[in-house]
Amino acid sequence: MALDIITNNLGFFWKGALLTLEISLCAIAIGFALGILMGLGRISRILPIRLISTGYVEALRGTPLLIQIFIIYFGLPSVGLVLDPLVSGILAVGLNSAAYQAEIIRGGIQSVPKGQLEAARSIGMTYTQSMRHVILPQALRLIIPPMTNEFIILIKDSSLVSAIGIWELTLVGKELNAKYFEPFTVFIFIAIVYFIMTYATSKIMRRVEKKFRIPGYGAEA
Amino acid sequence: MKGINLKVYKGEVVVVIGPSGSGKSTFLRCLNRLTEPTKGDVYFEGVRITDPKMDMNKIRSEIAMVFQSFNLFLHLTAKKNIMLALTKVKGMEVEEAEKRARAALDRVGLLNKADSFPGQLSGGQQQRVAIGRAVAMNPKLIMFDEPTSALDPELIGEVLDVMKSLASGGMTMIVVTHEMGFAREVSDRVVFMDHGIILEEGAPAEIFTNPTHERTKTFLRRLFKE
Repeated sequence: MALDIITNNLGFFWKGALLTLEISLCAIAIGFALGILMGLGRISRILPIRLISTGYVEALRGTPLLIQIFIIYFGLPSVGLVLDPLVSGILAVGLNSAAYQAEIIRGGIQSVPKGQLEAARSIGMTYTQSMRHVILPQALRLIIPPMTNEFIILIKDSSLVSAIGIWELTLVGKELNAKYFEPFTVFIFIAIVYFIMTYATSKIMRRVEKKFRIPGYGAEA
Repeated sequence: MKGINLKVYKGEVVVVIGPSGSGKSTFLRCLNRLTEPTKGDVYFEGVRITDPKMDMNKIRSEIAMVFQSFNLFLHLTAKKNIMLALTKVKGMEVEEAEKRARAALDRVGLLNKADSFPGQLSGGQQQRVAIGRAVAMNPKLIMFDEPTSALDPELIGEVLDVMKSLASGGMTMIVVTHEMGFAREVSDRVVFMDHGIILEEGAPAEIFTNPTHERTKTFLRRLFKE
């Protein structure tokens, strides 16, 4: 009887899962793009850029994601910016993740041996060329494991956007639980669906790591 | 470093020796402003490159540097290590850069390693690729910063051989090294640095057989005892 709830509502779950996936992928993309900028900004030689990036990271890392979602969705309209709930949700999760990704990227850049930048600069490459062609290609490879963590955390944290009425996986679960009052069945199933997504992420990232591994560099695994 | 005055002429091979911490590496790094000198001037072909408005990227593409720790780009094959600056700094077409890279690898005897990554090469091979990378830029001067100090003894010879062939080809070189055999055999002039100053300089035969300063004598005695 309890399992009927699942089978009878597969379409509803499916839509919720797709939305969770959509939110997560968009937020990862926003977080990555902004994360690279902020990560580079954190080590910039230009003080104002460094201050802005550091302020951004500290502010978004130091306050709850749920509150950030509320600020964007409920708060921005009072300064004249009304955003659709889905856009608000994606933006909040993405901007929040950018702070964490910035730190991961900064760490990655700083773990590339110092001699790499020196060699690039000494042969006449500009700072930007050196970053783009020498440092970042190595840093991006180094950060795949911590990035995997961040992506997995983001997928799970996307459940918080249910608070502003986005019909993603968690809200679907809450709704079905309210309807049937079978919390154990419903939430275990929801948990399993999240797990499938995070486990797939972990596997995909492992593949990416192997594909981009540099022969003879770092641990052979 | 203080009060260093050194002139290097075209085609000359100058070897800089001295105890560790004497400022040899810092001196080299000041020449291409990898380390910014706090005072003093560097002239390259009559141009004051310590001018703050100087386009250092252009100058650096003409002054190559070879490092103690090789510093090959770890994510690129030997060939691509050489091609990167040719295409990005010199603006060469890929085919032309590839041709030049292969020629440079051939010159250091590693054409068969063109597609190997640095991590797949021995230290000696890595350093030879690094020298190839320097040579391919067609520089007017190559600076070597203890190029053999990180190498196993049996790999030092192959690197020195490449350097010797460069020297005999007329390349202008400044070499910081502890390889006294190389200094004696190849260099036109030996400079002894200690505590950030040039204590003495002269022809290798002069410095090695008849050093004037007590500190030079002690340094050489200690070195040759090893």
